[in-house]
Amino acid sequence: MEPIISTEKLGHVYSIGTPFEHAALCDVDFEAATGEYIGLIGHTGSGKSTFVQHLNGLIKPTSGRVLFHGQDIHSSKELTHSIRFKVGIVFQYPEYQLFEDTVYKDIAFGPKNMKLSESEIDERVREAAGFVGITDELLEKSPFELSGGEKRRAAIAGVIAMRPEVLILDEPTAGLDPRGCTRLLENIEEFHSAFNATVIMVTHDMDEIARAADRIIVFDKGRIRYNAPPKEIFSHSGELSEMGLAVPQATVIAARLRARGVTLPADIYTIEQLEEALAGLKGGGENA
Amino acid sequence: MLKDVTLGQFFPGNTVIHRLDPRTKLILVIVYIVALFTAKSYISYAVVIVVFALCVAVSRIGLKSLFSGLKPILIIIIITAILNILFTRSGRVLLQFWKITVTADGVRIAVFMVVRLMLLIMGTFILTYTTSPISLTEGLERLLSPLKKIKVPVHELAMMMSIALRFIPTLIEETDKIMSAQKARGANFETGSLLDRAKALLPLLVPLFVSAFRRADELAVAMESRCYHGGEGRTRMNVLTMKKRDWTALILGAIFLAAIIALARFGL
Repeated sequence: MEPIISTEKLGHVYSIGTPFEHAALCDVDFEAATGEYIGLIGHTGSGKSTFVQHLNGLIKPTSGRVLFHGQDIHSSKELTHSIRFKVGIVFQYPEYQLFEDTVYKDIAFGPKNMKLSESEIDERVREAAGFVGITDELLEKSPFELSGGEKRRAAIAGVIAMRPEVLILDEPTAGLDPRGCTRLLENIEEFHSAFNATVIMVTHDMDEIARAADRIIVFDKGRIRYNAPPKEIFSHSGELSEMGLAVPQATVIAARLRARGVTLPADIYTIEQLEEALAGLKGGGENA
Repeated sequence: MLKDVTLGQFFPGNTVIHRLDPRTKLILVIVYIVALFTAKSYISYAVVIVVFALCVAVSRIGLKSLFSGLKPILIIIIITAILNILFTRSGRVLLQFWKITVTADGVRIAVFMVVRLMLLIMGTFILTYTTSPISLTEGLERLLSPLKKIKVPVHELAMMMSIALRFIPTLIEETDKIMSAQKARGANFETGSLLDRAKALLPLLVPLFVSAFRRADELAVAMESRCYHGGEGRTRMNVLTMKKRDWTALILGAIFLAAIIALARFGL
């Protein structure tokens, strides 16, 4: 299948020609298909944030290309501008970008920039608010009156309202309470399945990504180190921890149990799988 | 893009000038400025330039960074030069066409003004390049402390200055972030009419101010929870002390100023 978004030998060097020169990305070849849910993990400074900003043209590559439906997004100015609506990015702590006097107007900022009609803007705002669970009552409030979690969801709705084909989220759950986290992730998955949108999620939460992602990409020092389904990624737990990354809790528990002589399969990465494996073990034990 | 702004940039080093007490350096900069404005003749300018060059050499500041700092005031320098050339009417006429007269005096004054401006800016650069903002404000506070007797809030002023300096990079970074976020929602900061562009700044300025106030609040709480209550009775970890090299530098500065004043007295 033709990828919706891809990069070819993408490289980015900051402050070229100064003593502060620093290569953030190096030869990144990446592909995402329509409807895929991709997890992006990597240590702080591994280049993942720089990478995602290339995908909607906010940063221009210093080498290589970014392709959207096979077209170089920097081939014309109009294209670069229109890509921003098709590849939506939710930055870290997006609640700090709210600025309008009502939540409604803030969510409408993106659709308005797309020059849509009033009625279509209204439809999109209400739809996006619905996805993230913002009620009509909240829509009329000032964004600064909302709670932290509500602000976060309002800011995400501001990006979803553009109905992007690719939705990129940079650590969307950072700083939220556990219930807020679960709820937000459910909202994102709803959006994902409703529009068959491609979701790229940058995260540090391995449990969350192990459960939801079809594929995980591991960044290390500006390069893609691994690019595989969760099952395979978390079998490299030793290499991951060398890169300063964790593995899901279920994988840790399974590994410790194996070390104590319990026979468990090597590819456990969610609590459900662990539960199943342990239940199977218990049943087997009674029969013997 | 915004990160390239240099404002009172400090280059760490370990030369004599770096190690001088910030108070000494502040006084010497004032001495230097007074001398620069007293100097009127070629000889006195030559003396100032030699002293300036010596300081640059000793402090090991790269000439490149020294001149690159002049870029922001280049326009002021050019306008000064043009105005002085065009509006000085005395002296021998060098060039005359239409309503424009260029005189020898005009050119001479223009050159003097340009050199004076450049020396002024680059001289103060020696101070900011060799002194960290923290020790600079500390020096300023100590230097101005006699004013406390007439109820000038010297400590508060110095504290405000160091907080402002501390937050400039943070705010620049924040501006970059918010700009990217709004651009990702299709905001356009680069094109359009003047009014459009002014309007486009709103989505940038509102979040920036909100976060600046939030940061100010957080900082105030953090300071108070560490028992900050103003300068009264506050002790310092690094107490500034005048060393022998400071007194030597001050004496050299005094000799320099005396020489320039003497030259001006004799009409040189």
